[in-house]
Amino acid sequence: MDEIIRKVESEYRREDLPLIKPGDTVRVHWRIVEFRRDNKTGAVDVRTRVQVFEGVVIALQGKGLNRKIVVRKISHGIPVERIFPLHSPYLEKLEIVNRAKVRRAKLYYLRHKVGRAARLKIIREHNRKG
Amino acid sequence: MLKLIARKVGMTQVYVKPEHEPFGIPVPVTVLQIPENVVVGHRTAEKDGYNAVIVGYDFKPVHKVKKPVLGFVKGALGDKEKYPTKFYEFKTDELDKYPVGSSLGAALFEGIEVVDVQGKTKGRGFTGVMKRWDFSGGPAAHGSKFHRRPGSIGQHTFPGRVWKGKKMAGHYGNETVTILNLQLVRIYPEDNLLLVKGGVPGHRGAYVFVRPAVYKYGGDKR
Repeated sequence: MDEIIRKVESEYRREDLPLIKPGDTVRVHWRIVEFRRDNKTGAVDVRTRVQVFEGVVIALQGKGLNRKIVVRKISHGIPVERIFPLHSPYLEKLEIVNRAKVRRAKLYYLRHKVGRAARLKIIREHNRKG
Repeated sequence: MLKLIARKVGMTQVYVKPEHEPFGIPVPVTVLQIPENVVVGHRTAEKDGYNAVIVGYDFKPVHKVKKPVLGFVKGALGDKEKYPTKFYEFKTDELDKYPVGSSLGAALFEGIEVVDVQGKTKGRGFTGVMKRWDFSGGPAAHGSKFHRRPGSIGQHTFPGRVWKGKKMAGHYGNETVTILNLQLVRIYPEDNLLLVKGGVPGHRGAYVFVRPAVYKYGGDKR
C-alpha cells in the first residue's frame, strides 16, 4: 500500500533539495504571485517574483510530500516564523548558509531567548567530524 | 451506471495547476486502487427483469473458494487457478461493452470529472453520546461530577416515556455512507489508480465503490 502512495508522490517529489537539519541557517527563495484582474476587460495579469527568507530552521514537520520546515528569523527586531513546504513548486531554491550543532530536533526554546542567548554553535567546515 | 470496486490505499497530496496558477497548489487526495476483477455474468431484461453486469473480485485459490460459489464462477469463467469470491452488480443497458471474462479498470473513468464514493465507515463500537452525537458533555474539573453523560432524556408525566429516536449511546460507525461529488483529480490507467479529492469512508485497505457522480452524469441515485 505504501509503495503505491510513494509511486504517486514520486512524480511531485523534488530531488533538487539539500538535506536540511534543525539548526541550519537557510535562504529560502520563495515565489510570489501577483494576481490582478482588470475589472473592465476581465483580463488577468499574472506576475511572479521571488522573495528570499533567511533564518534558522527550528523544526521539521510532516513526512513524504508534506515535509515542511519552520524557519525563524528576527526581522527589524520583530521575530518572524514561516513554514515552507519543501516539495512545493513555489520553492525556487533552498540554500544552506551554515549549520549549527544542536542537541534536539525542535528548537522551540529559541523563542524564549533573545540576542546573544539565541546563538547556536556554528559548525565550521574544517572541524566537522566524519 | 458504471460502478467500480476500489480499495482505499491512503491519502497524500498532489500539486495541480488550475487556470491562472503558474506553479501549482496542493490538493489533498485519496488514492484508490482498482483491484483485480472480472465480469462473471449478466442480468438480462428477459430473464431477470433488468439489465446489469455482475462483477467478481477478491480472488482466491480454488481450494479456498466455497463450493456453491465455485460452481457459479467455474460455469462463467471455465477452469482457472484463482476465482473471485465477492460479487457486485451495476445496472446498465450496454451489456456488450462488458463481456463475460473481461475486467474493469481505471481507464473506464477517462473523461469523468466528478465521482461518488460509497463505502463503510470505520467501526467505532459502542460509543457514548459525545462522540456519536456531538453532545457537549459537562465540565472536566471543579468537582462537576458530570463529564460525558447524556443528561436528561425526557420530560415528566407527559409524555411519561422517552421519545422514539432519542439520541443515546450505542453502536456507531461501520455503516454504509456515500460521499457525493468528489473531484476526480487524476487517473493512472496502467496502475489502475484513481486520485479523488478529499476523504472517503473506511480504513486503509477497505473496499469502496466508485461511480460517475449521479448529480452530474445521472443514473440510479441509490
